[in-house]
Amino acid sequence: MTELLQQLLNGLSLGAIYALIALGYTMVYGVLRFINFAHSDVFMVGAYLGFYLAPRVGSGTILGGMLVLSGAMAGCAVLGVLIEKLAYRPLRNRSTLTVLITAIGVSLLLQNLGQKIFGANPKPFPAIFPVTQLHFGGLTVSSNQIIVLLVTLVLLGTLHWVVNHTRMGTAMRALSFNATAASLVGINNDRVISFTFALGSALAGAGGILYAMNYPSIDPLMGTLPGLKAFVAAVLGGIGNLPGAALGGMLIGLVETMVSGTRASTFRDAIAFAILILILLFRPAGLLGRLRVEKV
Amino acid sequence: MKLPASPDRRVFLAGIALATALLAGCKPSGDGSGGAGPIKVGEFASITGSEAAFGNSSHNGTALAIEEINKAGGVLGRPIELITEDNQSKQGESVTIVKKFISRDQVSAVLGEVASGRSLEAAPVCQEAKIPMVSPSSTNPKVTETGDYVFRVCFIDPFQGGLLADFAKRTLKARKVAILSDVSAPYSVGLAEFFEKAFRAGGGEVVIEQRYASKDKDFRAQLTAIKAVSPDAIFVPGYYTEAGLVVTQARQLGITVPIFGGDGWEAPELIQIAGSALENTYYSTHYSPEAADPKVQAFVKAYQAKYGGQTPDAMAALGYDSALVLADAIQRAGSTEPAKVRDALAATKDFPCVTGKTTLDAQRNATKSAVIITVKDGKFKYVETINP
Repeated sequence: MTELLQQLLNGLSLGAIYALIALGYTMVYGVLRFINFAHSDVFMVGAYLGFYLAPRVGSGTILGGMLVLSGAMAGCAVLGVLIEKLAYRPLRNRSTLTVLITAIGVSLLLQNLGQKIFGANPKPFPAIFPVTQLHFGGLTVSSNQIIVLLVTLVLLGTLHWVVNHTRMGTAMRALSFNATAASLVGINNDRVISFTFALGSALAGAGGILYAMNYPSIDPLMGTLPGLKAFVAAVLGGIGNLPGAALGGMLIGLVETMVSGTRASTFRDAIAFAILILILLFRPAGLLGRLRVEKV
Repeated sequence: MKLPASPDRRVFLAGIALATALLAGCKPSGDGSGGAGPIKVGEFASITGSEAAFGNSSHNGTALAIEEINKAGGVLGRPIELITEDNQSKQGESVTIVKKFISRDQVSAVLGEVASGRSLEAAPVCQEAKIPMVSPSSTNPKVTETGDYVFRVCFIDPFQGGLLADFAKRTLKARKVAILSDVSAPYSVGLAEFFEKAFRAGGGEVVIEQRYASKDKDFRAQLTAIKAVSPDAIFVPGYYTEAGLVVTQARQLGITVPIFGGDGWEAPELIQIAGSALENTYYSTHYSPEAADPKVQAFVKAYQAKYGGQTPDAMAALGYDSALVLADAIQRAGSTEPAKVRDALAATKDFPCVTGKTTLDAQRNATKSAVIITVKDGKFKYVETINP
């Protein structure tokens, strides 16, 4: 019983990180109808920003940790806006396929620039928050795992509020519903899209920091696998649907952990992806997605 | 792609066969005795990527040895030219590199690699081209089983697994051991197997076996399952990147029992990743820089002078030794002809190395002693030497 609870906890903290990355995928898809494959590399840049920021702001305290986290999120937001401006905006009215391939190109560019600038070797990630172990009966929780869950919940709440209760959020939803009509009623589409990218990339940056905190060895290709899993999570939950992405992330994290703890541990990814196929067979729009609903 | 074997295609294939035969005909054999240029030796190494710490140490050791040999006048009166290529710790790259060494650079011999998986990729290529290959530190037995042109200068995993089983029983007083191995690395799978066999034979019990794959970051699920059966010790026969994370996460989950591994652990990165979590962990390796042997001390000094005060680890020592053993064989062969170099390598006996006297047996493996290292206050500390 204790073992099962412990595995649930492990799965939740892993799933929370997938959820954060999945939110970025799903938001950009909701507004622009294309998968931003460079998202997982923004995640990697977030981790490296934390790596270089940490010694400068004197981390290891709650305040220092928050500073590193916000710094990395801000840096990633800027990077996201830049990517959109330089790579995607010139292709705004081209076919989705063109943009999709450009996204893969940007992803490769970031990975290889990362290897050039940061070095190809894995780097140890510093402890940016104070780390302690908490015990509840037979359960052991690392303070890092709790921070991951808290930060994810706070960011998810903020995001929900931004999308549903602010002018910018209304504009995002309008754009996602009908871009032409949105610009006709006076919405500046370029600004809204920039904002979406900033928001999504900031979430990826936060995900990068949280991931690196829990698995303190970072390298320029670290984004690929979590990025893929998060993408699967977004599709699983219904791409374009925010709570769906969060739910999908949690599910993938839990399934992975549950399978890893058994003798079939090597089939972990196979089982996670098989579940995706099954769900898509019976619910093509994903768990929470409806075929024609407002997206974002 | 399946094409019908039209006449055109047959002519084309014959052309390729002819061209290959011609190319094969002018391969290094002619380069044998008369050539006055440098003796070319190809080295494939993991200079970047997940095993970069190993690859760089090994490469530094090899480069130091070649430099010393050339300073002393080279071999057969000719300097040795080391051609190094990086395989980025990736699967598949090594084959391309070794093929390039053989066909384009026309090397006399090949040195490499640390990781058994990548040595296993390159070995068949060398064997087929009949070019001697010396691996510095691949410990999986299959590497030299590839053929009679493949050698190594380190001990092999049946020995390492056996000594670790003995160590677990005798020093750690463990009766129930859990194993967490890397399914994607032949080194890890092999070492886990040999350990288990020896440990069972010694009356011990392996209570649970869990697996992961290289590049995994999360081991909490496997460790939670391990914790539930409360073993006396945990054996992690993987490489340092993952081992560091395994140890950190195990301690976070409140697992306090000793954790131990093989020579795949030895890298400064292990301490950078896991830090204080490494108390009460052990691993076996090939040599300790603390040994009093004057040969070791001279090597440590030369290495530190060349690489800005860095203390050489076991991979550096084996990289150094692999070049020395090869140079000695070429000297005794009196020629760079691959077949003669091979015979001379096979006859290596009691050659003085930094990692102990090296004799290559009929299976082209070295038999030598191992040491156990632990981590105390963020530093590697020598525990004991175990003789074969």
